[in-house]
Amino acid sequence: MPAANPAVVAPTCPTEIAVELAGVSFGYDRNRPVLAGIDMSIPRGKLVAIMGGSGCGKTTILRLIGGQLRPQQGRISVAGQDVATLDRDGLFAMRRKIGMLFQFGALFTDLSVFENVAFPMREHTKLPDELIRDLVLMKLNAVGLRGAAQLRPSELSGGMARRVALARAIALDPMLVMYDEPFAGLDPISLGVVGQLIRKLNDALGITSVVVTHDIYESLKIVDYIYFVSEGRIVAQGTPQEVRASSEGFVRQFVDGAPDGPVPFHYPARPLVEEFARAG
Amino acid sequence: MALRRVGRATISSVERLGFAARFSLAVVVHAPAALRRLRLTLREIYFSGVLSLVIILVSGLFVGMVLALQGYDVLTRYGANESLGVLVALSLVRELGPVVAGLLFASRAGSAITAEIGLMKTTEQLSAMEMMAVDPLARVVAPRFFGGIVSMPLLAALFSTMGIFGAYLVGVRLIGIDAGSFWGNMQAAVDFRYDIVNGIIKSVVFGIAVSLIAVFEGYHARPTAEGVSTATTRTVVASSLSILALDFVLTVFMFRGLGV
Repeated sequence: MPAANPAVVAPTCPTEIAVELAGVSFGYDRNRPVLAGIDMSIPRGKLVAIMGGSGCGKTTILRLIGGQLRPQQGRISVAGQDVATLDRDGLFAMRRKIGMLFQFGALFTDLSVFENVAFPMREHTKLPDELIRDLVLMKLNAVGLRGAAQLRPSELSGGMARRVALARAIALDPMLVMYDEPFAGLDPISLGVVGQLIRKLNDALGITSVVVTHDIYESLKIVDYIYFVSEGRIVAQGTPQEVRASSEGFVRQFVDGAPDGPVPFHYPARPLVEEFARAG
Repeated sequence: MALRRVGRATISSVERLGFAARFSLAVVVHAPAALRRLRLTLREIYFSGVLSLVIILVSGLFVGMVLALQGYDVLTRYGANESLGVLVALSLVRELGPVVAGLLFASRAGSAITAEIGLMKTTEQLSAMEMMAVDPLARVVAPRFFGGIVSMPLLAALFSTMGIFGAYLVGVRLIGIDAGSFWGNMQAAVDFRYDIVNGIIKSVVFGIAVSLIAVFEGYHARPTAEGVSTATTRTVVASSLSILALDFVLTVFMFRGLGV
């Protein structure tokens, strides 16, 4: 993980790197690049946040790491494997080592909470039902929802759904868990609960976590390192302490929630005077 | 400008047709997955088949009763009202059973399949499945596709059966045609191979068409409320037109030698 100097992308031992992006560029069409030359290195066992405004390409980075999208340039490796070179079977084998929590949980609405968490186990293992039951209850207990095992997803609050999705994401004891906006739309209590769970599960299970979010305050409390993305580029990075002390324009605007700054308040337009003169 | 719009629309349609062809192939490739997940396929047969029973049975009954009234009126003019059973049975088994059941199936089950898959896409359930290394084509699409193929011929058969029963109620019980000639003429005139089997073949083809259109539209719906709504509408429209067009083609091949 990069240390004090944000320009340095650090770990010296490559085996210690869980996820690495080197010069990654991507666009949904050729005229609109979403990411341009992203370099990122996420060490094993660390909790790293990717932050930025809405539509800056944060979720695209997660989809690239998970192999749902392929970069137009650059290299993405997960546990030393080049994701772009994997065929479908290889990609699925890699994904079995990855858990992902989607923005609103993405729980299967036709299955109960219990069956949602059991889903990856039933699909990928031949474990007997009794063992699956015990494992599911352990996972649900870890997120505090053992008592909600028989509820349907429609009966859960937003925070509970996020915690069930978290239990499902760690069902197969992954080496990497990716979180897409885990704090979006949560009340302060649920937000704190989910934040603490992410940190505790990361440490207790020894997994690597990547959190995509724009919640700066919660992130500063729990993460080890932060990358700031704007207009498809990494504009700043550092530890929470460095971010708090930073005088960099984008970081300050983000931390202070200032409406104007490096990210302008106004969408690009003609000068106001010129606009009114034309109307007159 | 107009030419450009026509060109763009044509290219877009051809592209979509290409997508549909590749998607159909992928669904067929995943056919064994539906058999391996038999429990899921049975569940889909329940959702698209059993839950469509009410609309199919009630519609069949009324179509049969109306057919009997109209048929009796025409046949009486030619003094052939004893042939009412034949008229109703052939109309239902050959055409109305598969076609009307197919149209109802598209409206009831096809739209539901599209909306369900489209909403799963909108709420990222399909993406979640992919990220869990589970192929949505095998887990979501294949069981629904085969559930539809199995349900459709059974529903068409039940539609025809209820239609004949409705015609019996009107023709024999209400109007007073002799029950023996109603059933006897029907038995003598309806051929198992040419009428019933061809009707079943039609309903299987309609089942494949409706199920394929429904899963395709759902899977490729834009992940928005409007996208799901548009996809559901497209399913009903495309399925209905496909059924009518396929019915014509199949009828030409099946009954051309019989002077029909």
